Amino acid sequence: MTTRVARDRVTGTPFTRGLGIVTIAGIVWLVIFGLFVTPADVNQGETVRIMYAHVPGAWLAYLAFIVTALSSAMYLWRRTRSLTWDRIAGASAEIGVLFMGISLVTGSLWGRLTWGTFWTWDARLTTTAFLFVTYIGYLAVRNLGGTHHQRARRSAVLALLAVLEIPLVHFSVEIWNSLHQEASVAGNTDVTMDGLMLFTLFLGVIVFTLMYVWMLLHRQRALTLEDMLDDTGLDRALAARRTEAGVS
Amino acid sequence: MLRTAKTIAAKDLRIELRSRVIANQVIPFAALVMILFAFALDSDAVLERVAPGLVWLATIFSVLFIVARSFALETTDGALEALRAAGVDPMGIFLGKTLALATQLIALEAVLVGASVVLYRADVSASGGVLLVTTAILATVGLASVGTLYGGLAAGAKGRETLLPLLLLPVVAPVLIGATRATESAFGTNGIDVSEGWPWLGLLAVFAVLFSVVGAVAFGPLVDD
Amino acid sequence: MKDAGFIIASYVVTFASIGLFSFAVLRRSRSAARDIRPEDRPWS
Repeated sequence: MTTRVARDRVTGTPFTRGLGIVTIAGIVWLVIFGLFVTPADVNQGETVRIMYAHVPGAWLAYLAFIVTALSSAMYLWRRTRSLTWDRIAGASAEIGVLFMGISLVTGSLWGRLTWGTFWTWDARLTTTAFLFVTYIGYLAVRNLGGTHHQRARRSAVLALLAVLEIPLVHFSVEIWNSLHQEASVAGNTDVTMDGLMLFTLFLGVIVFTLMYVWMLLHRQRALTLEDMLDDTGLDRALAARRTEAGVS
Repeated sequence: MLRTAKTIAAKDLRIELRSRVIANQVIPFAALVMILFAFALDSDAVLERVAPGLVWLATIFSVLFIVARSFALETTDGALEALRAAGVDPMGIFLGKTLALATQLIALEAVLVGASVVLYRADVSASGGVLLVTTAILATVGLASVGTLYGGLAAGAKGRETLLPLLLLPVVAPVLIGATRATESAFGTNGIDVSEGWPWLGLLAVFAVLFSVVGAVAFGPLVDD
Repeated sequence: MKDAGFIIASYVVTFASIGLFSFAVLRRSRSAARDIRPEDRPWS
């Protein structure tokens, strides 16, 4: 009986459950508004609908990486050195990579429609690609092994290095790019926002933020469970060996 | 701290002088990459145009091997842990390893520039030479400190050979951009004047200063267990 | 609407990946939780 309860709500609490329901309702609302209710754009036509999925995703990816950097700093700061901060940083980075991957895909689909090309080498796009790869590297470092505090220290230093690296990469790509400005592939791609479009975009940001919080809570708790399992795993293996030896 | 750095650097360079792994394996690898670029790009005009970029690309690929080698020396016998246990200043270790790495890189770059003159018909004037040497020094300081920092991060971990490129390559993009542009004007590629190359050194200098300072500070917590 | 395919694809990519990620997280934590008593979990 107890195992059944445990199976049903592992990383969930009444709060996350409520949050999850609100989020799903929000997603439905966003999809209906984004795909059907909002008007087509004067310049971009129907393609502007991709914006409601793309822009919030990109923003939330950046937010997630900021959270990673802040909680890494919290971990490194002696007075708040706790693995909880490290796990929040790791969970947030995972979600950030997910959102960034999504917004790279949706962005290039949108770019194909409005600019006629999947990719251009402008500073923002290129920096985003670097950011994506950097955090994939960050997640790989988290899986290197060692003790939990080793993992935490390594990845925290790396997360703070990424904060240094990204402006530098952005700046250098920007001046590199300004040198050989190719013929602009973009036609008139301005989006003129009316109230309903602005509201839908705003709704998208809120829905994505709710998703982020929900995923962060669950992922952070899942990481806690995995860490606990690591800690107790050796003891349990030893105990199992002993009983085995005792039996035979 | 400086004495530690000098000892560590001298140790690394002495190991290289006796084993000649960089001289006999990494430099030939870099030269081979330059030759393969020529096969892939196929035309003299194209090669001449992209020669500066290829020099730095080959350098950056070789950095990966040199860094891996540099830290393989430290981790095979647990030398890094032994140094830390003996209370050696991590900042000194960082500076020493960076210094040794930079020395090896300079030698490599000299070979690669020579190769591009021979293979890609690059042309260096006297004033271009000054620019080229300054570029090489600044870029090398940046590459060596970033390489040491990330090499220390991945040192001793499983799968570090594949992890290091993933971590290092995005970070060194500014060096590739800055050094390539500066070298273009030193070579006079596309008729670019030498004086146009100097502003790019600002970028390289910022990178070099930033990562050598951050590396010196962050190296301690990274390798400290 | 000639761009419908791209538009729908971008929505599908977005919400399908988020759904898959969430599902994977829940499943992993379930298998991890099998050996940890509920009262040991700090949030419950």
